[in-house]
This record gives sequence, C-alpha cells and structure tokens, in this order.
Amino acid sequence: MNMRLVTRVTLGFAVAAPLAIGPNIEAQAAEDFIKIGEVGSTTGSEATFGVATHQGVDLAIKEINATGGIKGKKLKVILLDDQGKPEEAATATTRLITQDKVTAIIGEVASSRSLAMAPIAQQYKIPMISPSSTNPKVTEIGDYIFRVCFIDPFQGFVMARFAAENLKIKRVAILRDVKNDYSVGLAKYFTETFKKLGGDIVLDQSYSAGDIDFKSQLTAIRATKPDAIFVPGYYTEVGLIARQARSLGIKVPMMGGDGWDSPKLLQIGGKAMEGAYFSNHYSAEDKSPHVQAFIDRYRKAYKDTPSGLAAMGFDATMVLADAMKRAKSLSTSDIRAALAATKDFQGVTGRISIDQQRNAVKPAVVLKVVNGSFAYESTIRPG
Amino acid sequence: MDQFLQHVINALSLGSIYALIALGYTMVFGVLQLINFAHGEIYMLGAFTGMYTIRWLRLEEHPGIGSLIIALIAAMAASATAGFIIERLAYRPLRKSPRINLLITAVGVSLFLQYSGQLVFGSDPQFFPTGILELEGYNWSYGDLVIEPMQIVALVLALILMFVLQYIIFRTRLGRAMRAVSFNHDFASLMGIPTNQIISATFMLGSALAGAAGVLVGLIYPKIDPLMGTMPGLKAFVAAVLGGIGNVTGAVLGAFTLGLAEEFLVGYWVPTYRDALAFGILILILLFKPSGLLGVHRAEKV
Repeated sequence: MNMRLVTRVTLGFAVAAPLAIGPNIEAQAAEDFIKIGEVGSTTGSEATFGVATHQGVDLAIKEINATGGIKGKKLKVILLDDQGKPEEAATATTRLITQDKVTAIIGEVASSRSLAMAPIAQQYKIPMISPSSTNPKVTEIGDYIFRVCFIDPFQGFVMARFAAENLKIKRVAILRDVKNDYSVGLAKYFTETFKKLGGDIVLDQSYSAGDIDFKSQLTAIRATKPDAIFVPGYYTEVGLIARQARSLGIKVPMMGGDGWDSPKLLQIGGKAMEGAYFSNHYSAEDKSPHVQAFIDRYRKAYKDTPSGLAAMGFDATMVLADAMKRAKSLSTSDIRAALAATKDFQGVTGRISIDQQRNAVKPAVVLKVVNGSFAYESTIRPG
Repeated sequence: MDQFLQHVINALSLGSIYALIALGYTMVFGVLQLINFAHGEIYMLGAFTGMYTIRWLRLEEHPGIGSLIIALIAAMAASATAGFIIERLAYRPLRKSPRINLLITAVGVSLFLQYSGQLVFGSDPQFFPTGILELEGYNWSYGDLVIEPMQIVALVLALILMFVLQYIIFRTRLGRAMRAVSFNHDFASLMGIPTNQIISATFMLGSALAGAAGVLVGLIYPKIDPLMGTMPGLKAFVAAVLGGIGNVTGAVLGAFTLGLAEEFLVGYWVPTYRDALAFGILILILLFKPSGLLGVHRAEKV
C-alpha cells in the first residue's frame, strides 16, 4: 500500500504535464496491465451478440499477450454485462472508466446501446470502438468514438443493390422493428437506394421487439404481392416472422442485415429460413488464408465456427492493439490519434481503413440460408 | 375479402392465446380479489417445463397426441406446484394486510421469477420443439385463406377449458366453496369451509391453466424466453378486465375482442400502436364501464 502510494506520487510528478489531458494516466502507469473495458449483452434476449463478441475479443487478447503484449505490457479485458439494456450499458461504461480506470472501451454490438455509451466515453475522453454497431449516429457523438464495421447506409445500400441487381426484383415489402434504432435506420437506407435503383416499396410495416405474433402485418403484406420481404430486425424475432410468413403461404425470399447472425435464427426459423438472404461482415466460407487461420484458432478455443460478430470482436481488439502499438504513448489522446490514422489494417473481416467520420470502409458479404447453414452468395463493395 | 377473413382467423387464434392466460387470471381474482401479476411468469414456467420434458423424454421421436398430453400434464403439474408455493409463501402471510401490499408483492414475485428464469434457463431465446406434433405442412387453404391446425387446437381448447371452468365453479362442491370464499372469506370459514385449502386449490387450478397455455403458445410460436410472460400476461389482464374481471365467460369474450382489435389495428392501420391499444382499452373500460363487458351480474362472479 505504502510502496504503491510512493510510486504513484513519484510517477505523478514525472508525468505531471500529460496529467492534464487524461485523468487516468497516473493509474495506468502504476499497473502492469493495460486495461481494456468491454460492454456486451452476455445475458438478456440478445445474449448471442455479447457472448460471440466476447469470444472474439478474448481470443485476440490471448494472441496479443502470447506475442509479448504492447509496449512491454499485457492486455487485460474487463467485461461488464448490460443485459441488453441501454441504461445498463451506460452505467457499465461509467464504472469501467471511473472505477476500473480502463484505457479504452470495446462495445457495444447494438446501436441503441452504443449510443448510450458513447457520450460517456467522449466526456471522459476514453477511446471507444464499437465492433458492430452499424447506426451512423454512433460515431457522430464525438472524436473518441470509432467502429470497425460498415454503417447502415452502406448495409442498406448493399441489400438494395443485391435485390435490384442480383435478384432482379422490383417490389419489396418492409417489416421493421420500431423499437430498434438499427432496424429503423436500415429500413430507411434500404428504401432510399432501392427506389433510386428503380424499385418500389409496396408496403412498410412494423413490429416491436418482443412481439410473437406477426400474422396481421404479414397478412397485409401478402395482399400486396411483393417479390421479397426486407426484415432488418434481430434474429430473436426474424425466425418467428419467417415461420408465420411461410404458414400464410408467402413464398418470396426474406432479406435482412447482420442482426440475423446467430445460430438461433436457423433453430427457431427452421425450414422457413431457407432461401433467405442477409448482409454480413464476413463469411466463414471465405477461402482467404487469414480468414481460415482465424477460424481454425477460434474452433480450437471454442469448438464452434465463429459468427460475424465474433470476427468483429476479434477485429475491434486487433485494430485497438495495432493503434496502441503505433501510438506515441499509451495516453488516451495518443491512442485516439493512432486509431484515427488506421489505414489498410488486414482484419479477418476485410481491410479496415478508418475514414474521417471514424467509420470503417470495407466491403460487405451477402449470405444465403441453404440447407440450414449460411452460404456465401456475393460480395458488395462500397461505391 | 380473403384478407379480411384471414385477419379474422389470425385474431381468433391470437384471442385464444390471450383467453387461455386470462382464464387463470380471472379465476384467481374472482376468489381472492388479488391481481396475480406473477401469472404471466407461471405461463413462462409452463412453457419451459414443456420444453424440458420434451427434450428429456425425447418425445420428438414419438410425435403424436400422446406426447402432447405428456408435455401438457408435466407443464400443468409444474405450474400448479409453482402456483401453490407462491400462494403459500408470498400471498398467504399477507392475506389480512391492505390490498396494495398484496399487489406490490405480486409485482415483486413476477420480477423475481423473470430474473430467476434468466439465471436458470439462460436469457437467450430457446426453440420450443414443435416436432412433437407433425403438423407442419398440414395447413388448410382455400384460395389465399390459410388455417393452421394449431390455431384450431388453441381455439377449441380455450372454449373447452372455459366450459370446464364454468362447470367446476357452478356445478361442483369445490366451485360452491370457491364462490362462498369469494363472497365472504370469514363467513365461509365459519360455515366450515377450509378456506386455505380452497384458495390453494384455486391458485393451482389457475396456474395449471397458465401452464397449459405455455405449452400451446410454445407450439404455435416456437420461441420461448424467460421474459415471454410479461406482455401476454398484461394483455391477458386487460382481456380479463375488459370482459369483467372475475367472470370466466367474460375473460374469453374480452380476449377475443382484444385479439380482433389488435389484429385490425395492425393489419389495416398503425402497427406501432399495438401495445398502446391494449392499455388504451384498459383505461377506457376502467373510466366508463369498470365492471367490464359481462361484469354486471354480481351473481355470476366466481
């Protein structure tokens, strides 16, 4: 205790100047670890998101530590569960910053929760990297907020282009989750691009997360005879929606976004999911050596094929570690600057460059459900 | 026209789900004047018991009505036990205290079960094994109109259970005792009616109904999670109030009315207001006809 106090005081003098910038530099200097906070929904109805992401993060941390860590220090991740609630995510962020004194934060998957966390990270000037929140508003909160995934305008663009150019369809009905920023945003961007490409949105219906009966919306959709239904929701509801659509005799394909990425989708939706398309961050069928190597290491650690979210968690951590290595010092402002300068970082989910708006610019893949698994269908690049 | 009829069919199926849950709600209220907010969670327990029974006994390998009955019995037994324990531990000690204490306790029990459920079952949604009945692909269709066998099963079961309850309440000794306890707890006790046992029995009966509803809902909407009981529980409560709380036929009528109202609101107008509709109805009925649609005849109360 005494020794620590002495160290702290001495170090406090030594780094008196940078102290004015980051409040927690002093604490870091006294530690052997670089602490990284992670906020995720490891329980709650979207537990798949938090658990998969954390497995990716954990694997990355282990690999970085095995190769000697960063600037002579090992990384340590502190995971807090937010139960899938924005208010819990905000509390967890405050706790990570003020009590655990983390250097950077990884989180969240869901845009509504990242939006609750970002103002806090920005206020304390702690770099925050969202692995897979795709709503554009997230990084607009401030210059300390980054992401390693593409954003919804792009994801909406991808599915709209895929529908118009690959599937060659003209009439699409939308069924969005009004409780979810991600879903509402994605529906909006899909509509914009699809109309520009000459398509027609025949009906725009909505539901609320947690609903189990979608037959009234689907009956209304059926009457408009669309060529496809765009359901940019989470896997929790999409499985039931697909089932009910099929039992109402709707045979057209369903389309969605990366919120579908969970084995539960296939479990709950069963045969009804066959032939559905969704955009995602990566495909496990990608034959690139670095992707297959990642899949091998992930399988060894967790006996499971990594989902897109696990790959994003891995990439978020790797991008952060890369920035920390390049940063002049481990002060939060130097790490921020290094993150902003990330260019052509080879991640599992593609080459990642951070743009002016602190978003990642990279291609998206479209997956198709075939015989109860996600098969690679197409890659769509920005622009 | 096809679309309109399809909406009606969907509404009847949704209404029968609400009815199955509302029956237990209304019965417990009828006897105890207690709004058992934990009812939705008992329904959740029923669904999970059904799922685990099917998994452990591998009932999916022997699909058929027998497997369904085994799952139903297991779920009803577990729910009845849960209902008994909840009444014994949480409500009975408070029976002589003000009504509001009981109400707050009920909310507490409900939250306790939701979060214990997340701890025990995990909070990720689970797939309810629908394979115990080989009904997929056996839909009846006339043009665009589609009817699923499970929709008929739920509807028929809701109606049968309504008549069975009606019979128990008005034609059996147990029912007579229940009505006596409902009428006046102390006098019933003076007349030699074992009020504690009657109240326990009422709780168990109501909870068993919720358990059965859990299994049926699992079969129709095969995604179950520990928080699944909250919204249907509240909706069933609205249905029970709409029909006249404490009145068994009223609960079923209220459930179908709510189902129809929701279906047409979502299908033809603004889907966003689905949940608001139920609570809007609750406010209106409490303002203008607090006794509910069928609640006028005091004598009909349980």
